[in-house]
Amino acid sequence: MSPAGPLAGLRVVELASENAASAGKVLGDLGADVIVVEPPGGAATRAIGPFAGDRRDPEHSLWWWYYNTSKRSVTIDLAAAPDAFRELVRTADIVLEGERPGALAALGLDHPDLRHDALIWVSVTPFGRTGPRAHEEATDLTLLAGAGPVWSCGYDDHTVAPVRGGGNQAMHVAGAFAANAALVAVLHRDATGVGQHIDVSMHAALNVTTEGSSVTWLVAQQTVQRQTGRHAAVLPTTDVQVLAADGRYVTTGFPPTSATDFRVLLDWLAELGLLEEFDAHPFLEMGVERGGVDPRADLGDPLAEEIYRTGRDAMVFLATRMEAYPFFVAAQERDYQSGIVHTPDEALADPHLVARGFPVEVDHPQLGRPVTYPGAPFLMGATPWAIRRRAPLVGEHDAEVPGP
Amino acid sequence: MPDVSPGPLTTRAPGALSAIRVCDLSGQLAGAGATRFLAAFGAEVIRIEDPVDQGRWDIIRGGPPYVDGRQGNDLGGAFNNHNVEKLGVTLNLRTARGRELLERLVAVSDVVTENFSAGVMERLGFGYARLRELREDVVYVSNSGFGHTGPYVRYKTFGPIVQAVSGLTFLSGLPGRPPAGWGYSYMDHMGGNVMATAILAALVHRNRTGEGQWVDMACAEAAVGFTGPGLLDATVNGRPQRTAGPRHSNRDERGEWAPHGIYPAAGEDRWVALACRCDDEWRRIAELIDEPWTADFSAAAARLAEQDRLDGLVGGWTRRRGRDETVKALQAAGVPADRVATPQDRVDDDPATAGWGLWPEVEHTAMGRVRVDGVPAHLSETDWRIERGGPCLGEHNERVFCGLLGLRRDELAELAEEGVV
Repeated sequence: MSPAGPLAGLRVVELASENAASAGKVLGDLGADVIVVEPPGGAATRAIGPFAGDRRDPEHSLWWWYYNTSKRSVTIDLAAAPDAFRELVRTADIVLEGERPGALAALGLDHPDLRHDALIWVSVTPFGRTGPRAHEEATDLTLLAGAGPVWSCGYDDHTVAPVRGGGNQAMHVAGAFAANAALVAVLHRDATGVGQHIDVSMHAALNVTTEGSSVTWLVAQQTVQRQTGRHAAVLPTTDVQVLAADGRYVTTGFPPTSATDFRVLLDWLAELGLLEEFDAHPFLEMGVERGGVDPRADLGDPLAEEIYRTGRDAMVFLATRMEAYPFFVAAQERDYQSGIVHTPDEALADPHLVARGFPVEVDHPQLGRPVTYPGAPFLMGATPWAIRRRAPLVGEHDAEVPGP
Repeated sequence: MPDVSPGPLTTRAPGALSAIRVCDLSGQLAGAGATRFLAAFGAEVIRIEDPVDQGRWDIIRGGPPYVDGRQGNDLGGAFNNHNVEKLGVTLNLRTARGRELLERLVAVSDVVTENFSAGVMERLGFGYARLRELREDVVYVSNSGFGHTGPYVRYKTFGPIVQAVSGLTFLSGLPGRPPAGWGYSYMDHMGGNVMATAILAALVHRNRTGEGQWVDMACAEAAVGFTGPGLLDATVNGRPQRTAGPRHSNRDERGEWAPHGIYPAAGEDRWVALACRCDDEWRRIAELIDEPWTADFSAAAARLAEQDRLDGLVGGWTRRRGRDETVKALQAAGVPADRVATPQDRVDDDPATAGWGLWPEVEHTAMGRVRVDGVPAHLSETDWRIERGGPCLGEHNERVFCGLLGLRRDELAELAEEGVV
């Protein structure tokens, strides 16, 4: 058994949903006792792929496996057995749900029906529980499109469609705010004994997670434009993503500007025997001699601009001549902020993450072998994050719950 | 130790976190975003900045956007956005007197936050062991790209590096093209959110046990956690993601839906996103399109078998119509659809953001009244409040050093002379 997490002793009753599953995982992996309530036969989200062994059945959904770690499952038919749900909610510190606005009220099972003084009730819905768009249909794609992220993502060529970043991020963003708001409410309840209702809008969550896009409009009424592999910006910036010699991409980060930067570039080129081939190298030497360049202050100085451009070109040249991983490491060892475009499974196997113990093995008795999962989002000194059990089978804990 | 009682410095009604004081050495967005959330619920967040470099360690401080083009170190629009409701003080931690004042501040703080590179706090003399001596139950949360241990401990990152290394960049792109990635520091926002989770969870634990702790967060690891089900396809099914076929991230994750994507609308750079999740939704889309070819695609199997051709035909239809006209018709038909909203669309012309109160206006001492991001959760008893702008450099020195730590005004003036504040 892992040591108790920071939320040990808190019980969360979660109605299985596509909106709130990640918030439940956050709380469960931090030690809360999360009971996920499914209809008999299993939650609709068990139909979301991919599937273990490509077996399309409720016990093999990897979506379900991933977002329901550390939880227990009970099956309740809310319409036929509302009292079972009422009884379970009486044992809860937090209720977490992502039902359509009005759906629980129609069953007499909404927050106003079931509240008790100390209960915290979190609703995660596409547009919030009230308001003009509360009843619109939405998916991850339409939410990211309508709430800002898609406008900023894609390619320099604007005849190509903008892009939705992958990985169910609408749920992740809303889920992070939902979990955090629930913990704020727990701290308030610790002090006062008073619970409350929390209304989380996925659309609002994405709207305030756009970095420069919203703020540039709010403050200056200017519009950022998407660019390949880098920040959307009001004015175009130079490309940073480079195809390395092994067909993988790297990102070169901020261009070199200081005298040290140019010195290091020269040494690096020389070390690889590429100095002569990079025939613009005299400009790097000038960069050293003049003590670096300042892309803003030196704007309009043709020589400084040439030096600045050459520094960037040298990084691109090095990246195209090296394999992606050695480039990333060599650049970072020389203090250049650079990155390699890993796939998620390559990230999980990256030596740094492995050294920190990030990949974790989770027992899957039905599968007959453990499965490697992404591990702790942060390392807590006293109360470690942990996947306490694999995601539950349908109704696996019907006989155990409810209880104190 | 100060001989004044460290009471709250604000006079307004208490929020859920009014009893929490945060000594905040963090900045940029990954750190500032975390403490912003706490401040919106009433936590007293005291941001420490360096008077020597005028707070420019935080590269956002004097950066764009600007109100009316007015530039300056106290006029950065993004800095204001990320630091609303915080107090700002200056402290030169290279001086003994500066370090002593930080010690006194830590002693009266519940939480210490920072997002320096690994090792910086130790070099300043404020590693966890020292922080604990100053405040035994301190919750100390570090947020850096790669964390405080491991082979990349010295490596430097910002959002796009974290996104690349974690796999998020790879997951964003269209077939036959390079990764598109994220057009902003998504992981600075989400890193801040995860950091806030760490702080709040540690405070919940402290409330129950009296025990504080150190939390070492590596943003790149938090990011991998946002790629889950697809990653399990690799670890469970032995299907490496690099060779699993081209990414088509406007379709991906829901391979059973078609059409499902982003389609051109009339006009320049105008787009419609739509998702068809079942035959019935297709029937409603086909009624709107009202063209004979739609009959070929009444079954999901047919739509999936020729998804590229279907996308071309749907795109042909959307291209001839106005974006908002198409979106309204689809929404009225109960089909999930939305415009690819421009910043102006969603800030100034979306009843859902307006109705939420999503863009509160703050009063900033130097910039005047400015709109900022709100919080996407409304709490029935202790809702967030964002009214005060981000701090000008050292704006609250007197309030914090005299009001909280009990310095006399002439002592503060002396410290200013000496370059300590």
